[in-house]
Amino acid sequence: MGWFKRLKEGIQTATRNKKEAPEGLWYQCKQCKATCTRRELRENFHKCPSCNYHVRIGSRDYFELLFDTQPEELFGELRSKDILGFVDLKPYADRLAETMRKTELTDAITVAKGKVNKRPLVVAAMDFNFIGGSMGSVMGERISRAVDHCLEHRIPLLIISKSGGARMMESAFSLMQMAKTSAKLTLMAKAGIPYFSLMTDPTTGGVTASFAMLGDLNFAEPNALIGFAGPRVIKETIKRELPEGFQTAESLLENGFLDFIVDRKDLKERISDLLTLFDSAGNGAVAQPIEQESEEAG
Amino acid sequence: MVFLDFEKPLEMLHDQLERLRQVGEEGDLDMTEQIKELENRIRSKRKEIYANLNGWQKVQLSRHPERPYTLFYINQMCKKFVELHGDRCIKDDKAIVGGLASLDGQTVVILGHQKGVNTKMRQYRNFGMANPEGYRKALRLMKLAERFGFPVITLIDTPGAYPGVEAEERGQAEAIARNLFEMAQLRVPIVSVIIGEGASGGAIGIGLGDRVYMLEYTWYSVISPESCSSILWHSWDYKEQAAEALRLTSDHMQHFGLIDGVIKEPIGGAHTAPEEMARLLKRQIKKALAELADMTPEARIEARIRKYEQMGTYEVVEPEEPKTRKRR
Repeated sequence: MGWFKRLKEGIQTATRNKKEAPEGLWYQCKQCKATCTRRELRENFHKCPSCNYHVRIGSRDYFELLFDTQPEELFGELRSKDILGFVDLKPYADRLAETMRKTELTDAITVAKGKVNKRPLVVAAMDFNFIGGSMGSVMGERISRAVDHCLEHRIPLLIISKSGGARMMESAFSLMQMAKTSAKLTLMAKAGIPYFSLMTDPTTGGVTASFAMLGDLNFAEPNALIGFAGPRVIKETIKRELPEGFQTAESLLENGFLDFIVDRKDLKERISDLLTLFDSAGNGAVAQPIEQESEEAG
Repeated sequence: MVFLDFEKPLEMLHDQLERLRQVGEEGDLDMTEQIKELENRIRSKRKEIYANLNGWQKVQLSRHPERPYTLFYINQMCKKFVELHGDRCIKDDKAIVGGLASLDGQTVVILGHQKGVNTKMRQYRNFGMANPEGYRKALRLMKLAERFGFPVITLIDTPGAYPGVEAEERGQAEAIARNLFEMAQLRVPIVSVIIGEGASGGAIGIGLGDRVYMLEYTWYSVISPESCSSILWHSWDYKEQAAEALRLTSDHMQHFGLIDGVIKEPIGGAHTAPEEMARLLKRQIKKALAELADMTPEARIEARIRKYEQMGTYEVVEPEEPKTRKRR
């Protein structure tokens, strides 16, 4: 028998009194509840050493995983603007300012250019802690400019999606980013420069229904939730339980919507292989490795 | 006649009118004068109400049960309509209809969301909520149009793409994304019109065009006011506020430059004079097609992509010195 008996069931703390967990030494896995040190987690590519659960990580973590050296951040000068004067329980302008301060990010997407095993690549990666990774005008514009940059320099593009969908506080402006990003990606296809789409947990809504599903190759991290409508909405609509494994990367692979699933520890090598494979056409689809610079940097 | 809550004063006047007419018909009293006067009052009252509609009221109008839907407009505007079915993969979606038709001698591919006109048909049409096969049927028809050089007209009226298990398994997101991608490069002109509800991905999935118009009492947004209320206000009760906050009506959309124009509706809404509405819609579509016909496919595609490229609102700040981030 335990020493302590739980008198009150469940969590009693109101959400507003919730304390952010301190950035401590230990990490407890959300899936298998096993604990490991943060250092172990980091060295294991931010995956649980016991169950291989892929912990949600941010744009900068992905940059670190992928690029040989510190990449160059692009289009960081773009900031969201509250043109609608949107107020729900909190004014959008305040929400933005607070999120920027908390996350040290300027939007839910960050674009960077660097080298993967000496080959240039532009990566646009999302952060879920920036208003749910939501897509507003800045995300659309950064992707649009990333496409232009890739076209100009003939560099492949990788977008790492992690988003709840379009940003409600920018209403139709957000919606139009679906059309904008999709339209711009047609230019990549026409120029014969590869665009890779990596979907991570979670990728839903307007992001999935536009650029995330439009990669020359579409792939995902294991067990990532990927869908159009969120599971809660679907459950409310159909009024019954959802099938097991519904909307997971594995089921999307099975249904034919993904090319493959890639474990985070293999991500860099896989991307590097792809860059090499796409290069053999000799049509300049992928820029050549740049030996000199990488030696300097290395 | 169905009256919306903000039309209550009109309903009362209409009831009075009915009574007057009855008296006039049954008895010997001549009611012509009184009837005429009442009709004038109804007209001015309607004008007064419709001059000051708020966002939520316009949303209600866009969903009016008597509002004309896609098939009505197709049959009013076009001749020889041949409906084409199926996506050639899995089935025929009843929430999106389309086919070949003649618009004053010009063959067009015309398609759109279709809602049902009564309870039974509403279910049959799945309330205008399309599955992936609906978007794929739409794409198949657009590719057919491209092959033969027919302009494409799309009419949008949906509360959203259907959020169901099979829809997800068959790739709802992929279907919408694919349409956006293909429509951006379609070599024939595309004219889209929001004729009712323009909800999110389900709407834009057939709505990327050279010209996009909205009927006056329609809305176009990333989310419905109800869902927005439920997510941001954590309650279903703030739909009016959400409707205002989202700035989703045609006047706002034009002001923001996200659409190419608003097509005025008859006072009282499209359902009060559907034939007149169809005439106004047809006039605008023909005008747009005439403008677009003069351009080469390349120029049209270029202009189309540039148009969407311009959409967005953001600030450009001075680049900061990159902060040195502490590494754990």
